[in-house]
Amino acid sequence: MADPVIRIEGLHKSYETSAGPFPALKDVSLDVAAGEFVAIMGQSGSGKSTFMNLLGCLDKPSAGRYVLDGRDVADMSRDELALLRNRTIGFVFQGFNLLPRMSLLDNIALPLIYCGVERAERQRRARDVLARVGLADKASSMPNKISGGQQQRVAIARALVNHPRLLLADEPTGNLDSRTGEEIMTLFDELNREGITIVLVTHEADIAHHAKRQVHFLDGRIISDQPAPHLEHTA
Amino acid sequence: MIFAMLGEAWRAMGANRLRTLLTTLGMVIGVGAVVLMMSIGQGAQYAIKQTISAMGSNLFILLAGHTSSSGVRSGSGGAHTLTVGDTEAIAELPGVQTAVPIHPGNAQVVYGPNNWNTAIIGTTPGYFDARSWPIVSGFVFTDSDVRSATRVALIGKVAAQNLFGDENPVGKTIRIRQSPFIILGTLAAKGQSMDGRDQDDTIIIPLTTAQRQVFGTQFPGSVRMVMVKASTQEIMPAVEKSIVELLRQRHRLREGMEDDFFVRNLTAMADTAEESARVMSLLLGAIASVSLLVGGIGIMNIMLVSVTERTREIGIRMAIGARERDILLQFLLEAIIISVAGCFIGLLLGIGGALLVEALTGTLVIISASSVVVAFGVAATVGIFFGFYPARKAAQLDPIEALRYQ
Repeated sequence: MADPVIRIEGLHKSYETSAGPFPALKDVSLDVAAGEFVAIMGQSGSGKSTFMNLLGCLDKPSAGRYVLDGRDVADMSRDELALLRNRTIGFVFQGFNLLPRMSLLDNIALPLIYCGVERAERQRRARDVLARVGLADKASSMPNKISGGQQQRVAIARALVNHPRLLLADEPTGNLDSRTGEEIMTLFDELNREGITIVLVTHEADIAHHAKRQVHFLDGRIISDQPAPHLEHTA
Repeated sequence: MIFAMLGEAWRAMGANRLRTLLTTLGMVIGVGAVVLMMSIGQGAQYAIKQTISAMGSNLFILLAGHTSSSGVRSGSGGAHTLTVGDTEAIAELPGVQTAVPIHPGNAQVVYGPNNWNTAIIGTTPGYFDARSWPIVSGFVFTDSDVRSATRVALIGKVAAQNLFGDENPVGKTIRIRQSPFIILGTLAAKGQSMDGRDQDDTIIIPLTTAQRQVFGTQFPGSVRMVMVKASTQEIMPAVEKSIVELLRQRHRLREGMEDDFFVRNLTAMADTAEESARVMSLLLGAIASVSLLVGGIGIMNIMLVSVTERTREIGIRMAIGARERDILLQFLLEAIIISVAGCFIGLLLGIGGALLVEALTGTLVIISASSVVVAFGVAATVGIFFGFYPARKAAQLDPIEALRYQ
């Protein structure tokens, strides 16, 4: 594991507001090595969501360097960024964000359409990851017919279908009860053990607990970056 | 890839069936109207062309001028200024194919128990060539018939039906104003003239026979009308000019004196009629195109609503790796499917409507391949044109903004 998956140096991001530019991130530097499980913590307004959007190549920094998987993201075109989101990054959202009119299998296979995978291959790979998250029997169900925890599993399957190096999760348990949330976190633990790098945003200490490393944001800066206090936890 | 996209477009359209249906209806009406109007317009154009070719092409009619005696003016042809000699001289002009004298009139005709009042035309054998009027049976009278004023006749279809019924008229004897005439032949059906007269309700006899034995004239050698056929349409203006010059010379008209004859260019009148039919057909098409345009705007409107409604979906798609062109293609495909489907149904409806119009009113309609192709092409273009802006708007959304959209 020579290069880190994520290398961030002196990252700035400011938004134009009517009261002048508002700095959301100020001089943030962070390296994430392959196989790490990082929890980004902080109160709302601390800049952690902005940071997550930049990590996910959904937004571009105002200044600083972001090297993802060995490539500098700053000068990339919209299409190149789309390709990164498709191949290198898997997204898991708080609100699941499944497309309502498609079956679970089609939802999971959707990223593969955008990189030109054949239909049969799409179906096969989608079935594999659906089985991986434990919902093999729900392939043709519609998203509104299953529970929130199951929807989040499907969303994770969709994030995994293109074998990304990096899994980004933005408050993945925020819409779930604590027991279901714990199940989802157990899934993340397993995925991390299989070698996927995970960066997770949360404000709950219980959830952050699963990560091996905790990074705290306050007012757009990193105020602490340390290994998780309890590295041993019960699965 | 494209099949997956088509499937998605289909699904998106299925999610809002009524809306998709109504949008499609806009295209259906537009295309249907264009096809219907073009069919009717082309039918009208064709009907006029038929009338013109039935009349004969490249024709002039020369009429004698009018006279005035004690302040009472006769109408055109009242004077006796045109002569058989004039006709023969005109026939010699370059560019003139034939020039034939005509003495028209009406007379009561009797055959057995039947009698019928019909148009009698006294002329020379060249008349049939000038009018491009073939003979169905029998034969045409000759120049020697004209010279010796024999009592022979050719009969038009309608006149024959009224006098003879189903009997074959050739060789039979009829009476025109008491004089017996032998029918030499029957003429092909020609239909209505431009002024609505039935050209087949007629009997054609030698000029001299008409002048001396049927109608009588105080001025033998003069004719009331001359029909001139030019060899091509292009030289008609030049031919008209040389006819006028020749006749002024022959009639010894000095500079400043009025012509004692009239020249009418029948083809020019026909051209005017054809031109007006063409303009009408164009106008109908233009009006119908407006509804096509409205249909296109309907598509654009619905696609814009759809893009707004599905902003979040677009955000999700972008987050999992959709490029601008993927989103663009997805929305463009929906617009194209709607317009092509609408176009297809519209075509069927337009063709059906045209056939219905033909069946109900008897108006001739022509559904040409070109009008179908034009309607289809225009509709597809409209779909792409009006689908493009909303699709581009969707493709250029900011991923974060789109994801946050509620």
